[in-house]
Amino acid sequence: MTTPLLHLDKITMQFGGLKAVSEVDYAIHKGELVGLIGPNGAGKTTVFNCITGVYTPTQGKVMFEGRQISGMKANRIACGGITRTFQNIRLFSRLTCLDNVAVAAHPHHKAGLASAILQTPAFEADEKALKAQAFEMLDVLGLADYADQPATSLAYGQQRRLEIARALAGKPRLLLLDEPAAGLNPQESEELMTLITGIRKRFELTILLIEHDMKVVMGICERIAVLDYGVKIAEGTPVEIRSNPKVIEAYLGEEMPA
Amino acid sequence: MKRFLPPILTIFALVALNVLLPRVMNPYYFQVLMLIGINVVLAVSLNLVNGFTGQFSIGHAGFMAVGAYASAMFTLKIGAPFAASLTGVPLPVAQGIALLMALVAGGLLAAGAGWLVGLPSLRLRGDYLAIVTLGFGEIIRVVILNVNAIGGARGLPGIPPYATFFWVFGVVAIVIGLARNLAHSTHGRALFAIRDDEIAAEALGVDTTKYKVLAFVLGAFFAGVAGGLFAHFLSYLNPSSFTFIKSIEVIAMVVLGGMGSISGSVMAAIVLTLLPEVLRSVKDFRMVIYALMLIVLMITRPQGLMGTRELDLGALFGRKKAKVVS
Ligand SMILES: Nc1ncnc2c1ncn2[C@@H]1O[C@H](COP(=O)(O)OP(=O)(O)OP(=O)(O)O)[C@@H](O)[C@H]1O
Ligand SMILES: [Mg+2]
Repeated sequence: MTTPLLHLDKITMQFGGLKAVSEVDYAIHKGELVGLIGPNGAGKTTVFNCITGVYTPTQGKVMFEGRQISGMKANRIACGGITRTFQNIRLFSRLTCLDNVAVAAHPHHKAGLASAILQTPAFEADEKALKAQAFEMLDVLGLADYADQPATSLAYGQQRRLEIARALAGKPRLLLLDEPAAGLNPQESEELMTLITGIRKRFELTILLIEHDMKVVMGICERIAVLDYGVKIAEGTPVEIRSNPKVIEAYLGEEMPA
Repeated sequence: MKRFLPPILTIFALVALNVLLPRVMNPYYFQVLMLIGINVVLAVSLNLVNGFTGQFSIGHAGFMAVGAYASAMFTLKIGAPFAASLTGVPLPVAQGIALLMALVAGGLLAAGAGWLVGLPSLRLRGDYLAIVTLGFGEIIRVVILNVNAIGGARGLPGIPPYATFFWVFGVVAIVIGLARNLAHSTHGRALFAIRDDEIAAEALGVDTTKYKVLAFVLGAFFAGVAGGLFAHFLSYLNPSSFTFIKSIEVIAMVVLGGMGSISGSVMAAIVLTLLPEVLRSVKDFRMVIYALMLIVLMITRPQGLMGTRELDLGALFGRKKAKVVS
């Protein structure tokens, strides 16, 4: 068996008396598009925070490409190939859309501080390349027209897409999307599904997706894990998950259409 | 080589004004002009920390004091004898070299202090920096008060007045150019990202600790240089020039000008240096009116004079529209 791209090795995240994540064991392989679902407060976002270095799991470890990343600083993990979007949109509010994305491309450009301050030709060339790359990402997400607009001037759905553009500019191998369809209307969610499968193919990404919109999750994920009270209660294909009695009881409810 | 043109023109203008202004200008106005220059350096350098990076430092006067005393002692012990030993070199050049060495020494010592203060407190998120810089400013002042070798409470007189118009406004040009170029680079964007959302910046690969410390150390360096200019302009230093009130004054310039706006800081430094002078005629009410005007300005324009925008000289001449830089 090959080493998984990402392996959550029995991770637990304890906040005081609360175990937000409890001994979650989960492996994701290169190229997969997998979902993470569960009721509110189940610990999904906390799992993302443990993967991206916002928190260090109190027990267990996170392995990425065979190396331990839990305990590393968040920016090192990002540069190492894992970027994310946020459930509560966290854009750089006073920067333009292009600059929002350019920030994420920053680790891949090594023009030094001195050359930036002296504005050497080498720096100018590097800056141009960086902006071009950021613009390309905006274009992929259909936001090229808004490059010079402040990020906060975008409509809600566009802000969600800008977050994805920004995460992509970091050239990740693993992309984490935290509820990308939240607050979108049905048509926008539909477009989002096409978009996610599109970028996955184009950038050869592995994607882990948190989502409450079952149409989106069941529609695009190949595998799904279910959390409830921090515990992984099920794992399987969309068909298996939909018919799993534990999942129905904890999360999906009775009237989930077949 | 188009990019060398502005610096060369600036140097020519500075040399010409350096000769002209002290001869034609009323000495009082000239002194105010020089203090404006020094305050611009202080405001723009603090803007790197408070405006660009969104960290709250309230000890800028402390770094200014370190630079002022260090550069003054450097000149008294090393620079002045060295300048005197440079026979055959024109006097302004010899003194200029001595001043430059003193400014670099003062700036470096202030930057070193900034590094020591910044590294532990900037690792953490939140308001630690405010508390630590507040303490730092007070500690520096009390230390100066009690060290007799640098004059203690009596002050330090007899510093050679090497800081001419050329040097003060040369540093003004350098600090503005540096801040501007930084703002338009990937490093500046990293600072702005930290200001707007530190967690997101970190999740996108920005080494937030490194950049916060960098901005802070750069800010401390130029505060030190401003202190050095101050020392070599007034020829006399006193610890009472570097109280908490001075730090607040510089913060007021940054906030009034607009956090993150370089041209805003420059304008606010000019306004807030002139205001107390203009108000001298109303004597006792001077500081009351000064405070009232600050309050009114902040109520009517809470984002500061410029917000995060820049004054675009090109726009004044109809070349292109003013644009948002940050
Ligand atoms: N920093 C923290 N300190 C204390 N408790 C926390 C912290 N972060 C999360 N929690 C708690 O952990 C639990 C899981 O939260 P989490 O945000 O991971 O849930 P979620 O599955 O993402 O929910 P939702 O679907 O509402 O986004 C919640 O009870 C939350 O209050
Ligand atoms: Mg969540």
